[in-house]
Amino acid sequence: MNENNFLISAPLPFCPGCGHHLIARNTAKALARLGMNPLEVVLVTDIGCHGIVDRFFLTHTVHGLHGRAAALAAGIASALPRGKVIAFMGDGGASIGVQHLVECARQNFPITVIVHNNMLYGMTGGQPSSLTPCGFRTPLIPSGKPDPGLDICRLIHTAGASYVSRINCVGDFSDSLAEAFSVPGFSLVEVIETCPSYGLKYNPDEKPQEIARRSGLEFGVWRNPFGGKPVMRLTLDRNRPSLLEKEDGSKSLNFGSSALKRRTAILIAGSAGGRIQQTAEALASAAIATGLYASKKGTYPVTVGTGYSVAEVILSPQPILYTGVQIPDIAVVVSEEGLGYVRSMLSAGLLIIDESLTPPASAAEIVRQPFQKTASRKNAALLALLFLLRRTNLLPVEALIEQVKTLGRIPDEEVEKILEKLKLLLKKEEAQ
Amino acid sequence: MQSIKGSELAESRRLIDGSRLVIESLARSGADVFVGYPITPANLLYSYAMRRFPAALSAPDEITAAQWLSGFSATGLLPVTATSFPGFALMLETINMAYMMELPLLVILAQRLGPATGSATAGADGDLLLLRGTISGGHILPVIAINSVEDCWNIPPVALAMTAWLRTPVILLTSKEITMSQFTVDIAQLPPIEPVLRRQFSDNRPFLPYEPEKDLVPPFLPVGNSKYQVRLNASTHDTKGIIQHLHPEALKNTARLEEKLYHNLQNYTRYYLDEQPGADTLLVTWGVTALATREAALKLREKKVAISVFIPNTLLPVPEEYLKILARYPRIIVAEENSSGQLRQILFGVAGRPNVTGVNSLGKMISPEEIVEAVLKR
Repeated sequence: MNENNFLISAPLPFCPGCGHHLIARNTAKALARLGMNPLEVVLVTDIGCHGIVDRFFLTHTVHGLHGRAAALAAGIASALPRGKVIAFMGDGGASIGVQHLVECARQNFPITVIVHNNMLYGMTGGQPSSLTPCGFRTPLIPSGKPDPGLDICRLIHTAGASYVSRINCVGDFSDSLAEAFSVPGFSLVEVIETCPSYGLKYNPDEKPQEIARRSGLEFGVWRNPFGGKPVMRLTLDRNRPSLLEKEDGSKSLNFGSSALKRRTAILIAGSAGGRIQQTAEALASAAIATGLYASKKGTYPVTVGTGYSVAEVILSPQPILYTGVQIPDIAVVVSEEGLGYVRSMLSAGLLIIDESLTPPASAAEIVRQPFQKTASRKNAALLALLFLLRRTNLLPVEALIEQVKTLGRIPDEEVEKILEKLKLLLKKEEAQ
Repeated sequence: MQSIKGSELAESRRLIDGSRLVIESLARSGADVFVGYPITPANLLYSYAMRRFPAALSAPDEITAAQWLSGFSATGLLPVTATSFPGFALMLETINMAYMMELPLLVILAQRLGPATGSATAGADGDLLLLRGTISGGHILPVIAINSVEDCWNIPPVALAMTAWLRTPVILLTSKEITMSQFTVDIAQLPPIEPVLRRQFSDNRPFLPYEPEKDLVPPFLPVGNSKYQVRLNASTHDTKGIIQHLHPEALKNTARLEEKLYHNLQNYTRYYLDEQPGADTLLVTWGVTALATREAALKLREKKVAISVFIPNTLLPVPEEYLKILARYPRIIVAEENSSGQLRQILFGVAGRPNVTGVNSLGKMISPEEIVEAVLKR
């Protein structure tokens, strides 16, 4: 294998004097030196002058989006069992895609990124990039870039890259590239060059390597001594368990046939942290265990541990289509926040409400009980639902208890305590 | 208190959220890899995929997610992600890339209330017009919607087959009210799912990455294969995959990206059609409003009002047979949970058609009663 096995013999599409020529040829030379077959290599190119070189390569080529070549190459490389994946990017691509470079380094994706750093955007008129060094002049900043450029090597080394190097774009540097290509994990090579169209014209007195050195960019190799840091490889396990199997292996239980004759909408309103959603889920599952159809829909703000939490549960002897609730047949309201959200919906039906709350004037039949005081904020909704079941024979209480236990989010002892409290409540109610 | 003991349930009915069915269905139909970035209301899809897919990764952002997936796709894997509008916006350029490169990529878009971050935990079916304009140049991006619990099982394989066989990104469209709500499902009654077919190049002729077969889709070979050079390209390119500036062959190739969708559309056209003889009104709907619409039809028929219902899953491209269905009805009501009437605009344009009206809603589900009222109001 030699260079010509990797590059077609045609003039490359770059301006005379552009360093991109050397990078392409040294890449081909390095791959040949490593004894690789062109079809073992995937070249992923970014947007920019360097990116149009792909048609000259005899490897697999993928020409993607601006700044994304490293991420695209990472996907390809981690899914391929063998071969070499190389991403060509410019300093502009490295600026827009810096997150991808950091992530490739951190996760040790098996690719080599070659950053063609000519210190500006060459294809679009010579705008400065994040890597453009301080003082460097471009058509847009003829007085020189006022702020420092990003040291991409230092950044990517710090992010955990196995191998990082900065080289000057002169002569034969294929040995350096071959070294980077041989790294099992992630490697990045920054090649300092100049753009003959925009860089040279505005910075005629200084060589690129002098500009780099003056900006504090050193030439060299930086390795992270990981030794055993794993290379990111995609592994596929086609025998993972179905999501339809119950995780605990338990069987669904049957609690007889429900006597419910019509669609019944139940609204459970409380606050975040009041186990509203999981209690509602248990109620819906309990209904299914009595042969009914059930649906459950939750409504809550984006906050996780604060604010209202409302669940809409539909129970029906027929399959359910629409899962919303306009005016509930039964509303269970256990907190002020919950009441605030559902107040306008409580115009009819049965309203079971915590005694600390003032129910709205409505045609609903109202039952007030001290759920919060008896069972704490966390379990008030469950206590209220158990109370509802005892009172209405909607479903057997046992079916709900079984589901609460099966869902496993409330310890059995806690459930037993709530049941004791339910007995207390019912006794008090009877006494009244 | 007398205690009732539960016995083993003979039936296999379970309370299941839509996300669980979608992910299980995709895994069974042959999806290989999921990459996720968290966003409500797509989080359940993400967490189930992490447990169920043959491979699943967490990305640092949605652009990375979509790029990694495109890379996996280039090696022959079937990739899936799930997101909502803000994440979808970040994926938009990569979806265009995959469209141009002709890479399979399934994006589950779980809609929520917009614009911008809107309300993450509020439902909406408001991204259809966005999807209609996703591809630069106005080329159509396939969109298939989930309109019922059953669809959570039956529709994902259609979307996966379409992305794999037609080599195009496909959007599987759903919303918070499906992904995060729970429904009664008899899991023993779920039909079996066949793995989707994959396109492979097997001829002895020279391989050209973008030379189409009879169905206008090019055969597929993974990058990295040891036999043929593969070139993928996101810029305007010829059949070899080489950049060409306004070359007739390259422009023909670009036009083909949409032509192949129409050419093969029949294989991926799915809809629910319930026509009642004598009905002059057709209810058209999609997304979560499909449930309310079907319930409204039941209520109307109880009242002896004749009504027909049309609920398309395949929303884009619009199949020609839809136009024939629509033409049969002098009066059409399109119910959808957005304020602008997005499917209505796609089917009838801004100018509309006489006797085509909408039932629309912003930030809340449309109820069956609202649809019944619209039908009865003449």
